[in-house]
Amino acid sequence: MKKVLIIVSFIGLLLTIIPSILVFEQFIELKSHFHLMVAGMIMWFATAPFWMKSKSLDEEESN
Amino acid sequence: MKGEAVSGGGSGSLIERLDALYEYDREPVSEKKLHGWKTFIAMFAGEHVAGTEFVLGPLMVMHGVSAKDFFLGLLVGNILAVLSWALMTAPVAVKTRLTIYWQLRKIIGPYLTIAYSAFYAVILCLLAGAMVTVAVTAISIPFGIPNPDYVAGDLIPSIPWMGLALVVGVVIAALAVLGFEKIATFSKICAPWMVLVFFAAAIAVLGKLGATSFSDFWQIANDKIFTGVPIGNNSKYTFWHVAGFAWLCNAPQHLGMSDVTIFRYAKSWTQGFASAFGMFLGHFGAWIASGILCAAFLSEGFVNPQPGAIGLYGAGIAGAISVVIAGWTTANPTLYRAGLAIQVATPNWKRWKVTFAAGAFMIFTACIPAVNANLDRIVSYNALFFVPLGAFVLMDVWVFPKLGLISNFTEKSRKLFSWPAAIAWVGSFLICFIVYGKDHLAWMKSMLNGGLPSWLDAINMDLTYLIAPEWILASLMYVGFSYYQQKSAKNTQLIAEGGLS
Repeated sequence: MKKVLIIVSFIGLLLTIIPSILVFEQFIELKSHFHLMVAGMIMWFATAPFWMKSKSLDEEESN
Repeated sequence: MKGEAVSGGGSGSLIERLDALYEYDREPVSEKKLHGWKTFIAMFAGEHVAGTEFVLGPLMVMHGVSAKDFFLGLLVGNILAVLSWALMTAPVAVKTRLTIYWQLRKIIGPYLTIAYSAFYAVILCLLAGAMVTVAVTAISIPFGIPNPDYVAGDLIPSIPWMGLALVVGVVIAALAVLGFEKIATFSKICAPWMVLVFFAAAIAVLGKLGATSFSDFWQIANDKIFTGVPIGNNSKYTFWHVAGFAWLCNAPQHLGMSDVTIFRYAKSWTQGFASAFGMFLGHFGAWIASGILCAAFLSEGFVNPQPGAIGLYGAGIAGAISVVIAGWTTANPTLYRAGLAIQVATPNWKRWKVTFAAGAFMIFTACIPAVNANLDRIVSYNALFFVPLGAFVLMDVWVFPKLGLISNFTEKSRKLFSWPAAIAWVGSFLICFIVYGKDHLAWMKSMLNGGLPSWLDAINMDLTYLIAPEWILASLMYVGFSYYQQKSAKNTQLIAEGGLS
């Protein structure tokens, strides 16, 4: 399950950055880039909190 | 002026309260709690891609910096910042493993540490206010509320804008009261996405500036983005402004040593180099990206390149949301820390009251457009004020033993006040402030009215240029006065008796 969440998160990040390159190369319109970025944002925030661990400095590091 | 010795229990409740606030981290960090590179890389990358980046890149464009000056300045300035963390802050932190509070407490005494906390609270509220402004510039868009345009002469925002700032500020203050840790976690989750939003927005609008391939970038950067021509009444910035600002915008953290609190958890001082991830993603990549966004926005005939507007322009709704998140996640921990610092002076207040008091000041500053329009100046004053304290820490920890002087003399001699630190702090700050103000502040110009010696009058330096000389001046003054203090007859006798070793 965790692997699936990580994959979806990374697809979200790809959807955030790749459309901008496609706009620059004139493959897609700016509006499509905006829509794809929203999709990427939703995918990232819907999945990343479930697998991204965040420890405070006060906690001991295990590795 | 001599420090007052601690006698019996009469050290005053203010000091006890301050100590109690930081009681949990009084002892040096134990070996078990040390962290590796990964933690510091993530922390720096997350903390330095923030709301301020949406303001500072455009500020450089507005000040007419040229492309060569901008890129070279950022490269040199950020390398110097990384070296400051790696060669000054981290080694001290790893040697003493104390927070900045306890480090200063031992060196300059509790009274000056209280002054440090109070001033720090004010500057934190200002910075949190700047971040509320960043968030409101995006939130105002769907409501159709225009953002104040400082360049066009708006000195205060409209009433509806202030209403939004009030709502956002209250929400931020409430969240700071309810749970700072959760916000910090959320901020770390946002970081990778936010970095990409910056870059994506900039890449997407490059075409609007006339670039047809990435090989056009340098030409476009020179002709359309960093043109070398200031916009409006802004002054002209050069390589030295950019390099100085990139180096010193975080000076309180590195030269000022406040990040010893973080690096005391490092396994090795070399982990100070992890700061490169924050500097080169945030203060290099994100500043360039926001500069590009600002230039593209202006090139289409829009005016008032506020963070929300340029975020929406380059990345649509995701861009506007990233501006809100960037402002919010930066304002929140900043307000929390401001509340902690203010709590020292408000003994009977609950934490929530203190945080809301700090929040009220934050909202007030958010409603002053001049704050964000002069954010680089505010950050520079911040550096000028706090850098001497970092110099004292470095001298005390590394240089004093080599000169045969006693480190932590104030604590060991049970004084509450270090006069060498007080004179060196106020003296170095005032000298540098006057050197800057005599040419740049109208009130000081008229006050001095040519009364300065000609050699001093001939020096014309910007605020950022003065921070390195100030650091050197503060170090020399502190070492000189401390030498005098420790070699005075009374203290020599105490040292000889072995009481201060």
